Amino acid sequence: MSNQNQQAVARYQNNFLKEVEDRVEDGDWVKMCMQCGVCAGSCPLGDAWEHTPQKIFMMIRAGKREEVLKSDAMWMCTSCYNCIVRCPRKLPITHIMHGLANYAHRMNLAPQRQPTRVIAKIFWDNLVKTGRVNELKFSLAMYFKDGFSQGIKNAMAMQSAGLGLMKAKRLNPFEIFGGHKCKDSSGIKKMIAKAREIEDRKKGYTPL
Amino acid sequence: MADNKFAAYICSGCGIGDKLDVGTLEKIAKKEGKIQDVKTHPFLCSAEGVQLINDDIEKEGVTHVCIAACSRRAKTEAFHFPTAVMSRANLREGVLWVIAEGEAHDEVRQEMADDYVRMACAELKKMKLPDGNPNHGGNKRILVVGGGMSGMTSALEAAEAGYEVVIVEKQAQLGGWGAKLWKRVPFKAPYADPQNTGVAELVSLVSSHPRITVYLGSHLAETAGAPGRFNIKIAQESGAVSEEAVGAIVQATGFTSYDIAKLPELGGGKANVTDQAGLEALAQSANGAAIKRADGKEIKSVVFLQCAGQRDETGAHLPYCSGHCCATSIKQAMYFKDNNPDINTVVMYQDLRVPGMGEDFYRSAQNKGVTFTKGRATGVESTGATCTVNFRDLILDEDTSVSADLVVLATGQVPSAGVDLEAWNPVVMAADNGSEDAKQKKAEMQKISILNLNYRQGPDMPQFKYGFADSHFICFPYETRRTGIYAAGPVRRPMDMLQATEDATGAALKAIQAVENASLGRAAHPRSGDLSFPTARLEGCTQCKRCTVECPFGAIDEDERRFPKFNEERCRRCGTCMGACPVRVISFENYSVDTVGAQIKSVDMPDEFSEKPRILILACENDAYPALDMAGLSRTVYSAFVRIIPVRCLGSVNTIWITDALNAGYDGVMMMGCKKGDDYQCHFVKGSELAHYRMSKIGDTLSQLGLEPERVVTHEVAITDNARVAQYINDYVAQINEIGMSPMKGFV
Ligand code: SF4
Ligand code: SF4
Ligand code: SF4
Ligand code: SF4
Repeated sequence: MSNQNQQAVARYQNNFLKEVEDRVEDGDWVKMCMQCGVCAGSCPLGDAWEHTPQKIFMMIRAGKREEVLKSDAMWMCTSCYNCIVRCPRKLPITHIMHGLANYAHRMNLAPQRQPTRVIAKIFWDNLVKTGRVNELKFSLAMYFKDGFSQGIKNAMAMQSAGLGLMKAKRLNPFEIFGGHKCKDSSGIKKMIAKAREIEDRKKGYTPL
Repeated sequence: MADNKFAAYICSGCGIGDKLDVGTLEKIAKKEGKIQDVKTHPFLCSAEGVQLINDDIEKEGVTHVCIAACSRRAKTEAFHFPTAVMSRANLREGVLWVIAEGEAHDEVRQEMADDYVRMACAELKKMKLPDGNPNHGGNKRILVVGGGMSGMTSALEAAEAGYEVVIVEKQAQLGGWGAKLWKRVPFKAPYADPQNTGVAELVSLVSSHPRITVYLGSHLAETAGAPGRFNIKIAQESGAVSEEAVGAIVQATGFTSYDIAKLPELGGGKANVTDQAGLEALAQSANGAAIKRADGKEIKSVVFLQCAGQRDETGAHLPYCSGHCCATSIKQAMYFKDNNPDINTVVMYQDLRVPGMGEDFYRSAQNKGVTFTKGRATGVESTGATCTVNFRDLILDEDTSVSADLVVLATGQVPSAGVDLEAWNPVVMAADNGSEDAKQKKAEMQKISILNLNYRQGPDMPQFKYGFADSHFICFPYETRRTGIYAAGPVRRPMDMLQATEDATGAALKAIQAVENASLGRAAHPRSGDLSFPTARLEGCTQCKRCTVECPFGAIDEDERRFPKFNEERCRRCGTCMGACPVRVISFENYSVDTVGAQIKSVDMPDEFSEKPRILILACENDAYPALDMAGLSRTVYSAFVRIIPVRCLGSVNTIWITDALNAGYDGVMMMGCKKGDDYQCHFVKGSELAHYRMSKIGDTLSQLGLEPERVVTHEVAITDNARVAQYINDYVAQINEIGMSPMKGFV
């Protein structure tokens, strides 16, 4: 259990609903759900989920903290917004799903190998380095996310696509050595650090 | 008949003159209808046309007016001649607008119009001007039984409208359940917080009103009479009995709360388990401060269990939903949250039902942090210090539990409707036969009676499913089968305070309508204002009692010689008795076996080889006839082979009309009446059902005549069925064509 997580547990005791209201994006909407199940019936991924949005909200109200935060449910949301459009109580369900995913990640409870989480992490780490996404490094990181030999296999499979991109001057192999940066990459880093500081203060996280 | 003068007026407006040969209609009225004076006018409902008729009535002494124009349901204000008898031939909605266009149909269209003129003339000949019930009473005071929210509202509404009111309340004070509440569910925007009940203010308005007399600690020892002349005896706690005369009665006797002792599985009877009424008492004694338990302990958590002993499918408890208790629990949860948001309040429901603006109130409670859990309680334990509610979480699909300092059971409303007549009647019969047991039981039952009516039908109004007081709940909710007695509030169906006050206002208006009509010798709803009333030619009566038994309103008693004795004020003028009478001695001045019989016989009957069948339709004038008119308004085409006669109620259809029609050569008879059964829409409650029953027995008659059973059919028709009626007609004509023409043609 991470420090952050221990601190949150201590702080909110068993009141998970309160924790969600304080710390999860749009979490104060969760209490307004009337359990009609329209979201569950509308979600194109409904069947693929461990728990539908309706259930997730009920679980939050029932104080099932670990079960919710460790679940891969909210990582499945594709942001189609079907549920938001249909919810008779106007809950911003999609936003809550992303908020919950993000929170579970911050608490370091989210499933480690959940693909959406992995890709999001790789994307983020790539982005914050220079303030721009380095597509070559991003693709390679994706190929090798499941280990070296799988990475080689993935790269071989994509070989002709890569060569084609190079021919069309859409891919520069020298990007592997540093690559483009934005004009003020240290400024970007500072900005992100500041944003994080503000968020931590607002949500009462222990400073990292 | 010496003084009678008959006149017919044919309108050629609205396209009637273009599509029909008015000259032929005139001739028919004169020659066949034997009407002395026949006139045609191009615009009969105009001021000028109406003047023409009025002049004839006033100056020429015309007593009977036949109007051949639009439906009897149209232009009723123009064609209103209170001093003359009137019949109407429906040429516009009944012929012009429903018979297919084009020359090919000219002949049948004209034949149909000809027949309608014949029928209207024949009917007119048999009609008399009704002159109202001569024995009516004129008392316009209103008795309200019950001094709760509904009763007080009824009383105040009637008193404010200028009527004198007498309230009889069983308790020593006014207020009823309402007075026991700390706050009420909001009835005004923004529907967010509990509101003051306003009961104290209402009590003081009622108590100080110059037109309201209040009897407290009292009950009705006897109710005798009829609308406009009820005599009541009021027994007071002191033993004194007062007598009052009133014209109409509103029964607003409310409900009792289902006994939680019957719910031991939900902790009923255990410490710190109470019902909603119990919580109101705790809230009243806290008087705005934090609500404490009965043992004085602070409350940190409350669980409300919805539908406790309600919506029960096992048969052990109430099967119905009381409708108010979801909102009431929400309100009670707010008592806690508004005082201290940290108190944990859980409303455990299976379906949250918050009618009206309750959805806003529900949302407000969610905003305040009340937790709503969809679950079914499986048991409640109480240690005396704390309670545990074990439940099945219906969303997460698991068995779990929650602990609480207090558990509140949302129990249901049990109506206080008095004696169940279905149980009463056998007891009375046994008592009359001398059974001592039954006599004792009868006395016991009499004690719970509310109205103590001295009617032959029993001491209270009939009861509905689950013991609620009678109500024509689909169409006219306050109407009961006891004329001039109206049920209001939770005694007639479960409801909340807002619905009860609306109900009470409606019932007060009905009571006013009843006393006003009664004082003029006219019928009450639904034939409000009708001056006709039934009379029986007793010389012919065989004392079969069918009328007495079948009258849906218990309007007929027996006199000393066991002949039917009509209580005109209780009679609704449905004609069910007329339909029931096997020797046909019951009639109204303007509606009788003859007025309809003459119409049936007046129709020109084409011979067997004409390929023109004739089908008689007897249509209930409350719903089916308007639906037929609506078919006309929407230009829905139906067959020109039908001849339609409106009847007051299918219950008034005497089987002689069917036999007459078949003997006269009609190829089929179709009856159209309101929906029957538990969710009846029959304006006279039982009429349509009785008609269906009587028609089910007509098979014998048909086989005696050697006719197929399909020659008589019955349909249920609602007022909105304009498309369907046309379909019924066309299908039936096709069916009759298949069966073939009646072999009875040409015998008479
Ligand atoms: S936005 Fe997400 S949760 Fe909502 S319906 Fe789409 S995929 Fe499902
Ligand atoms: S649609 Fe809205 S109210 Fe209904 S269950 Fe989903 S979140 Fe709750
Ligand atoms: S109003 Fe609610 S608590 Fe009451 S019976 Fe109906 S569903 Fe149950
Ligand atoms: S059956 Fe109808 S018309 Fe006859 S007495 Fe009863 S209420 Fe009156």
